[in-house]
Amino acid sequence: MEFKIKSRLADEQGLNRTVTRLAHEIVERCKGTENLVLVGIRTRGEFLAKRIARKIEEIEAVKLQVGVLDIVLYRDDFRLKSKLPKVEVTDIPFSVDDKIVILIDDVVYTGRTTRAALDALMDFGRPSAIQLAVLVDRGHRELPIKADYIGKNVPTANGEEIRVLMQEIDGRDEILLVEEAGR
Amino acid sequence: MSLSIRHLFGLEGVPREDIAAILNTAFSFREVLERPIKRVPTLQGKTIVNLFFENSTRTRISFELAEKRLSADTVNFSASGSSLAKGESLKDTVRNLFAMKMDCVVMRHAVPGSVKLLAQFVDAVVINAGDGTHEHPTQALLDMMSLQEKFGNLEGLNVAIIGDIRHSRVALSNIFGLRTMGANIVLCGPPTFIPFGVEALGVKVTHNLDEALSFADAINVLRIQKERQGKGLIPSLREYRAVFGITRERLEKLKKPLTIMHPGPINRGVEIDTEIADSEHSLILHQVLNGVAIRMATLFLLLGGK
Repeated sequence: MEFKIKSRLADEQGLNRTVTRLAHEIVERCKGTENLVLVGIRTRGEFLAKRIARKIEEIEAVKLQVGVLDIVLYRDDFRLKSKLPKVEVTDIPFSVDDKIVILIDDVVYTGRTTRAALDALMDFGRPSAIQLAVLVDRGHRELPIKADYIGKNVPTANGEEIRVLMQEIDGRDEILLVEEAGR
Repeated sequence: MSLSIRHLFGLEGVPREDIAAILNTAFSFREVLERPIKRVPTLQGKTIVNLFFENSTRTRISFELAEKRLSADTVNFSASGSSLAKGESLKDTVRNLFAMKMDCVVMRHAVPGSVKLLAQFVDAVVINAGDGTHEHPTQALLDMMSLQEKFGNLEGLNVAIIGDIRHSRVALSNIFGLRTMGANIVLCGPPTFIPFGVEALGVKVTHNLDEALSFADAINVLRIQKERQGKGLIPSLREYRAVFGITRERLEKLKKPLTIMHPGPINRGVEIDTEIADSEHSLILHQVLNGVAIRMATLFLLLGGK
């Protein structure tokens, strides 16, 4: 499927500002960083989590623990996809028991990824709370899931997609709204 | 990318991309085995039957564990205590089992090719857990995974397979798999243990153990199948040990570290000495761990990717 760029939602500076705001909101809502850990959902959630952690560390002068979650094995739709899912390693090198876990993803859409991530996280222990932080909420939820921290609310149509590009993997920072070519 | 194979009968003809995909996925699954809750819901609702017509400890438990780690429902079947003892044919037994709606069958059977035959009359994914002296693909995959972990790459690696090549499904699957991945193979054993014309598979043959050891980065030592003795293939176990046994004295002559593998069960003091099998260069217990990961990866890619 071919996509064409419809609009540019953020450039490098914009993305950085959003990350900064999310970091501030998290510390504010959690009243500090006690028992706070971040867990990013592969792939871009991982890099986002690390960036937000760095910001919080700057703001509060603390060190935060960051984990990475691969949710391929918990998905409910991999049988529907023709592409072979690539299983990556989950790396949560700390106990999540009695922690406030901030689950971080780039985009929340149907909510199914978040559901899978919640299930996966529960298998690692019993956090005192799990909150969801996303860079973009594009609507179209299929499950009763709501993000606690939202970078940008972008109402989208079906056939449109949000592309979050990050330096660490894509070579540049950008958020794009794209749509299927020929629509 | 998706696996090009639907069943896993053996490694003969399995493309490099498929083998690489299984190995890479298995490395990811190793992490699941380290978790506090060693279970993921990936194959929930899938039913797998383990049909073992031959004895097995390691392979059967390894498959069963892999299936349970992926949350599949499993049914175990062993030939003794079944209707086979009443004279029911394999085909009838299996068709009855599959009338109960199975998604996958893992089978071990003494007849070479039986697994492929089975796939013709059941509508399910079929995985070979050893068919006679033919192939044992998951064992070869876990051997390859252990080698890749140790050496980083299989391309250009020198592997010696030592022992009863002729009766070994482990050897044949290793030959196919390792050749596909670009490793060099030397087979070593008494002439009665080396199949005629095996060089056609792209391997070298030697009857001199020291020669094989100096060639190799790693050796895979096969079990002397005592149940096949008394057929005049080797004069005695003691003589076999003297000529082909892996002993400390032999390895000390090499002046290089040699990685040791063995598919088990080990005849300690026959094909390999205890102190070698338990040494720091031995991957033997590591192979067992990788076995679960390889079987999880195989099940996941054959059952889940669809």
